[in-house]
Amino acid sequence: MFLNAILLALREICRNLMRSFLTILGIVIGVAAVITMVTLGNGATQAVADQISSLGSNLLILRPGQRLGPGRDGVSVPRFRIADAEAISSQVASLQAVAPVVNSGATLVAGNENWSSAINGTTNDYLIAGNWTLATGRAFSEDEEKLGRAVCIIGETVRAKLFKGQDPIGSPLRVKNFSCEVIGLLASKGQGAMGMDQDDMVIIPIRTAQRRFTGNQNVSTILVSMKDGVDSARVIEQIGDLMRERRKLADHEEDNFNIQDTKQIAQTLSGAIGTLTTMFGAVAAVSLLVGGIGIMNIMLVSVTERTREIGIRLAIGALEHEVLLQFLIEAVALSAFGGLVGIVLALLACPFLADLMQVPFVFDPFINLLSFGFSAAIGVLFGYMPARKAASLDPIEALRHE
Amino acid sequence: MSVSEASGNTDDASKPADAPLIAFQGITKTYGQGQTAFLALRGVDLTIHAGEFLAIMGPSGSGKSTAMNILGCLDTPSAGAYLFQGAHVEHLDRNQRALLRRHYLGFVFQGFNLLARTSAQENVELPLLYRGEAPEKRHEAALAALALVGLSGWEHHTPAELSGGQQQRVAIARAIVTQPLVLLADEPTGNLDSKRSHEIMELLVRLNQEQQITVLMVTHEPDMAKYAYRNVHFVDGVVSSDSREEALPCS
Ligand SMILES: Nc1ncnc2c1ncn2[C@@H]1O[C@H](COP(=O)(O)OP(=O)(O)O)[C@@H](O)[C@H]1O
Ligand SMILES: [Mg+2]
Repeated sequence: MFLNAILLALREICRNLMRSFLTILGIVIGVAAVITMVTLGNGATQAVADQISSLGSNLLILRPGQRLGPGRDGVSVPRFRIADAEAISSQVASLQAVAPVVNSGATLVAGNENWSSAINGTTNDYLIAGNWTLATGRAFSEDEEKLGRAVCIIGETVRAKLFKGQDPIGSPLRVKNFSCEVIGLLASKGQGAMGMDQDDMVIIPIRTAQRRFTGNQNVSTILVSMKDGVDSARVIEQIGDLMRERRKLADHEEDNFNIQDTKQIAQTLSGAIGTLTTMFGAVAAVSLLVGGIGIMNIMLVSVTERTREIGIRLAIGALEHEVLLQFLIEAVALSAFGGLVGIVLALLACPFLADLMQVPFVFDPFINLLSFGFSAAIGVLFGYMPARKAASLDPIEALRHE
Repeated sequence: MSVSEASGNTDDASKPADAPLIAFQGITKTYGQGQTAFLALRGVDLTIHAGEFLAIMGPSGSGKSTAMNILGCLDTPSAGAYLFQGAHVEHLDRNQRALLRRHYLGFVFQGFNLLARTSAQENVELPLLYRGEAPEKRHEAALAALALVGLSGWEHHTPAELSGGQQQRVAIARAIVTQPLVLLADEPTGNLDSKRSHEIMELLVRLNQEQQITVLMVTHEPDMAKYAYRNVHFVDGVVSSDSREEALPCS
């Protein structure tokens, strides 16, 4: 009986392929939109999480100036010094690593190859704070750090560009205007989020950078890595107090430096993206609902159009619930098929769009199943009224219908 | 399933063994209510035995179709008793009547009423589908029915590819594929030219004689009524005359 109804419904769908296609278009677009929105949203959240975690866990970033981002409060703001980092390290508890960093960039030359890359002048603590491990070679010695020797640790991308198949350890590398010895190779972290290549970097001792590049005692940022399970708010307060004291700020003066908590940034960003994803998903879900109304519309038209046919079926001896079931199954089959097409469409579009947006493609089986179930449910919801109408037709009237 | 089952009448003993196939007792039908009420049938008594070939005639608006619809259990009378094989069916609900039609009745309409864009074979199989017959059995029965109406070789043509006469044959095949007791035809030749009309009538006569199907037919063409062995005339919602073949002048 049930199989019969399915058979009847499928026959009817195939008999009207063009109309069937137009009927499901709304559902197709709705489902595709929902899945695309949610998938890309998940991808963006993932991207942020990846990027933050690649910075290192439990990481605080200290910068001079009140505000975040570029164009801070001009040159008048006092910069950090290496001594600031040392003070934090010795006076604040529960810390894993404190790395002062001097950011710069330079053209690298090795043999006949050259390559432009980021140069980070820092200490071995940078490796801890940034979750870096050495693939080969060693970290800086105490001497090299203190005296600012011409040694460097290179990232995987730099090795690949300049040293090809050779072992880089012990080789000379010309950084801008001076030559230094490669002593270590960082294990690759791979492509970071938002297409940023984290392996495209050279690390040199901070004093080397100050002497050879910047020519002053300034430090761009200080990375502070806290131990697991430490209350970051307390650490931030302690570091803040320490810095105010060292910078001799009066009580009424505002901080002329800022401390960012990467975990907090991650949470804020993820939360914002999550909200956006939900919002876009909801808007897309409304389009799914509109698609359902489209199905109801077409089914109602179809019932009117097929009044005579329904009359024939009833005259022949079709029971009310058989006609109801036929039309209901037709609606559900249509909308479920629309859902499937929508899923396929979304899965085809998502990797491409994710690539375009430079976020990872995160396949979420739950949202796919949910959308499919939802589209089928829409078929039941919006198919019921037309089906009810068809089933309750009077056979005599229906047969007389032109 | 028996009729008494469908009607909920379990008192089989009350059913006379030689009950007529169909008995109308004082059937009336009122359309509308109050001021606009219209009495389309005003007390029709009619007894039809199995194997009869009956033609209902009468002027337009005399209630022929109304009577046919009630005979075919598509509609219910406003008053009176309708006994089908001795069982009361006048109070059956929609679904019970549908089951009755499904098992005992076959319909042929003036306008053919085939499913469009559907092959002749699928059209003929439709009643069997609702009976839940297995596919092989459906195909077999449909082919046999189409052969019986002389449409072998046309199984895969859609109505649009068939002439009016052929379409009506498909409709007849659909009506008899379930081997019904009664074939009801409301002006089956109304949309056909006279040559096709006679062919259809000959087919109905053949089905009546060879398949022992009781045929009830509405027509306003005396030429077609001649094929029937019994002519019932309706005037203003009542039977005005009821004549057997013997009484008709030979042509
Ligand atoms: N559904 C209906 N509602 C109201 N009046 C109807 C309806 N069906 C038929 N009638 C009326 O009942 C009368 C008999 O109709 P019908 O049985 O169709 O006549 P016939 O088939 O003999 O031409 C006609 O006057 C017609 O207008
Ligand atoms: Mg009529």
